[in-house]
Amino acid sequence: MRRYAPALVCALCAFLLPPLLAATKTAYLLTQLTMSAYYVLASLGLCALMGYAGQISLGQAGFFAIGAYASSFLSTLNLTKLAASPIVRLLDLTGLLSRGSDLYGAPLLSLSPWLAFLAAILLAAAIAALIGTPVLRLKGHYLAMATLGFGLVIERIVRGSKILGGADGLSNVPPFTILPGLAVAGGRSARAANFAIAWIVLALGLLALVNLVSSRAGRALRALHDGEEAAGAMGVDTARYKLNVFIIGAVYAAIAGALLTHYNGSIGPGEANVMKSVRYVAIVAVGGMANLTGTLVAGLALNFLSLRGVFGRFDDAVFGLILIAVMLFAEDGQRLLRSSLGALTAARGRAGRRKGPQA
Amino acid sequence: MRGQLFLQYLFSGLIYGSIYAVVAIGFNIIYNATGIINFAQGEFVMLGSMIASALSGRMPLALAIAAAVVLTTAAGVAVERLFLRRVARGGVLKMIVTTIGLSIVIREAALMAWGEGVRTLPFFSGNEVSSLTLLGAHFSPQILWIVGITALIVAGLTLFFRLTMAGKAMRGCSANREGASLCGIDPRRMVTLAFGMSAGIGALGGCVVAPLTQTHYAIGAGLAIKGFTVAAFGGLGNSVAAVFAGLLIGMLESFSIILVPEAYKDVVTICVLLILLFAKPSGLFGSKAASSLKEY
Amino acid sequence: MATRLFGKIGATLALSLSLLPGAFAAPAGGEPIKIGAIFGVTGPAAYLGAPEDKTARMLVDEMNRSGGIMGRQVQLIVKDSGASAEKAISFAKQLIDEDNVVAIIGPTTSGESMAIKDICQKAGMPLISCASAETIVNPVAKYVFKVPQKDNYIVEWLYGTMNKLGISKIGVIASNTGFGNGGKAQLEKYASKYGISIAISEVYDSGATDLSALLTKVNAAGVQAVVNWSIEPAQSIVAKNMRQLKMGQQLFQSHGFANIRYVEAAGEAAEGVIFPSGRLIVAGELPDSNPQKRLLAKYNADYRALYKEEASTFGGHAYDALTILKAAIEAAKSTEPDRIVQAIEGLKDFSGTAGIFNFSAADHNGLLMDSIDMVTVKKGRFVLYKGK
Repeated sequence: MRRYAPALVCALCAFLLPPLLAATKTAYLLTQLTMSAYYVLASLGLCALMGYAGQISLGQAGFFAIGAYASSFLSTLNLTKLAASPIVRLLDLTGLLSRGSDLYGAPLLSLSPWLAFLAAILLAAAIAALIGTPVLRLKGHYLAMATLGFGLVIERIVRGSKILGGADGLSNVPPFTILPGLAVAGGRSARAANFAIAWIVLALGLLALVNLVSSRAGRALRALHDGEEAAGAMGVDTARYKLNVFIIGAVYAAIAGALLTHYNGSIGPGEANVMKSVRYVAIVAVGGMANLTGTLVAGLALNFLSLRGVFGRFDDAVFGLILIAVMLFAEDGQRLLRSSLGALTAARGRAGRRKGPQA
Repeated sequence: MRGQLFLQYLFSGLIYGSIYAVVAIGFNIIYNATGIINFAQGEFVMLGSMIASALSGRMPLALAIAAAVVLTTAAGVAVERLFLRRVARGGVLKMIVTTIGLSIVIREAALMAWGEGVRTLPFFSGNEVSSLTLLGAHFSPQILWIVGITALIVAGLTLFFRLTMAGKAMRGCSANREGASLCGIDPRRMVTLAFGMSAGIGALGGCVVAPLTQTHYAIGAGLAIKGFTVAAFGGLGNSVAAVFAGLLIGMLESFSIILVPEAYKDVVTICVLLILLFAKPSGLFGSKAASSLKEY
Repeated sequence: MATRLFGKIGATLALSLSLLPGAFAAPAGGEPIKIGAIFGVTGPAAYLGAPEDKTARMLVDEMNRSGGIMGRQVQLIVKDSGASAEKAISFAKQLIDEDNVVAIIGPTTSGESMAIKDICQKAGMPLISCASAETIVNPVAKYVFKVPQKDNYIVEWLYGTMNKLGISKIGVIASNTGFGNGGKAQLEKYASKYGISIAISEVYDSGATDLSALLTKVNAAGVQAVVNWSIEPAQSIVAKNMRQLKMGQQLFQSHGFANIRYVEAAGEAAEGVIFPSGRLIVAGELPDSNPQKRLLAKYNADYRALYKEEASTFGGHAYDALTILKAAIEAAKSTEPDRIVQAIEGLKDFSGTAGIFNFSAADHNGLLMDSIDMVTVKKGRFVLYKGK
């Protein structure tokens, strides 16, 4: 039960934090907290892959961008010209289209954001499945190289395609109505609702991963991480597990990308940048590599501080310094923590301590 | 395609190829000694050219470059002793993440020290508009310097690894760490040496291309990615292969312009690399044994 | 009797104390006027954002020394977005919701500007962007303005000059950025109007360090001139490569070349390059009767004295944004957003660094073709181009 605590805390925050902040007249913090939640979601997906399956991926921003661009492209795609065609009419009949107006006030007929969202997720999963199979056969640095290459290719494509807005990206992305009256949008009036949506999604995502890690599949993953040949000898289908976690990681990033884009109302090629992938990796590392809660806390803290511009023009420098500091001292810190905890629990006579990855 | 055009693309490929080769060599030296990918490699190249540029106004060019190489070598050694040595116990992944952090910090420090403006170095011979002609193709004399100095670096390294005690010790260390220390070689000193050498070579490479390519505080990340790509292409750990791979990729990018818009030449390189890796996961010249030794 | 004395002292004290709040009030005039700024001071657009940041700070200090706006001190809140759209969004919301600024100047890049255009419009926050994309002011959003010149005017000046030089077949290369692609699109759009044929048109990576392969391809297409449209240091590399390749064609650059650093980086290769630009960099050559001359000369001198480097037209955008805002607030005698917007739209013949601004409800940029001049490089300095 204890392992569900972080997810429960997130869910509680989703409802308790807005009124609390409103009371202290700091409701504006909800903006950065919402955005941070989505970035952390992408990092959590990566944590599952890196920490547990032990596969480094420098392409997480690529999947984030796939989800973001697919969702925004499909929900801003103007089908007015094709309105007469049978496919469009069929979609219209089944209520899968939405009407609005574009930048210039002309009528805009596009796919409903739900459809766009689902399509984006499926696309990300499909691409992950497609490239995952060959890529995951590589080891160590070559795997990192391949995922880096993937991320670079995605970035070049979105930056170079006029249809995806080129270097300036897509703007005027419509809100994503989850339920009547509840939409992912950036307006001030929807601030509290959007914070709740983001943190519930985060809680659910965390929950799913915690379950995965403590399930049979999770144990197989850990066996994989500790020794791939040994795991294979024990009957673990290593290739399939690695691929599945890779796809899960990609889907998490895509969901985060799609939702954040609807919240922001725009997307640009900057989100697909290699340095963003590096940042996701760094956050997982700062969190403790195989530590979902660590990734959660580190990701929220670092993204929040960065988005609030707390360090101004030194934002990147501080990030780098924190990264170095954690790599240098975290183990000592963890050991200190563990030994003091051990001293506390020694009285209870607990003999063994849990080793290895923790949820 | 006319011979002149072909040569023109060839020379262009040499510029890119040489700088890629130098960065990749730096990667490989560190990889062989530690098994990690040094994300800060590109920053050494940046530091070399930026320091030289800052000094070049006050002293003869050769002296400025020498000082830049020495200072950057010192930086490489400092990075290793102060930071990476402490993380070495934590495993390869932790060391890599530390180099990521270091590359960010070095870059931001350069921004604070020298600002965001673009800088150049004086051309070693001639100036910005000097041009030599060979078989109808025109190129800057600086290209001869780039090719020449890259060749010297490669030759120097080969001799170093084959003939000097330190070089042989490093090779022994990378092949078998325990065996080497049993023979009285201190692996940690080899690692420090590796970082120093990588930094110095990167700095020299940065100085020799700076007149043509210009430099500023943010060039490091792109170079690191490219260098990593080239090193992987040639097979991690194989420095000679890195040179060939660098030149090959430089040519590939240069000639791909015939078919593909210049903005996508990266995509061509990456696709070729990915196809290669799927077919031969240990790189063009790498061996399966070598690649399986270095894992997380 | 003591009580009476104490009572008198107490009353005097109370009376004096009641006057104190006046003494503790905000400096002369009232509450400071908060202006928000989002610049890419660090990051990939630093050569744009850093001059903008420096200019803004210099100008605000000067404003405050001479009494501020409407007698109130100006408080400039600068956020460094690093040219990242999501940070721009977060900072825009911060400036609107937390800092309660009266207006926002910037952002530096088109991508960021488009990302926050809707946010500012919906929040009723006046935004004066320093980025060049056409879509920032077209379609016109009531609260959103931009100060850089229109790309198509720049292009038309370029083509006009080419006509005079008898050039009709050109090659176009542009960096793969919003700036580069925007310029390339305008070049292609207006080519036929001026009888220009574009034999080859390509984009290159903004971080490119050598363009000889691309220029070789351009040369092989038999062009009479090369047009390079980018804002990065690659501009200098193009100039150098062309000379190294012994390409004799005339090189035209975009207004992104209006930074003496690029001339220094290109050295001798910059001689003779022709490009359209705002008048800031040739202020010394303007006749005294030119309405922009005094402010350009002063801006140049002040910037050089304070920062030990030459001013560039990019920093000038921040200058224009701030001075336009100041003029609007003073004209409206109010910091209410609707009044500010109305006042900006009413500004006519307003001298800025980029040109003479004439705003209206339909034109939220205010600059016309006459804001531009053709400039060339002679002996390492910018001079007005007077024809061959």
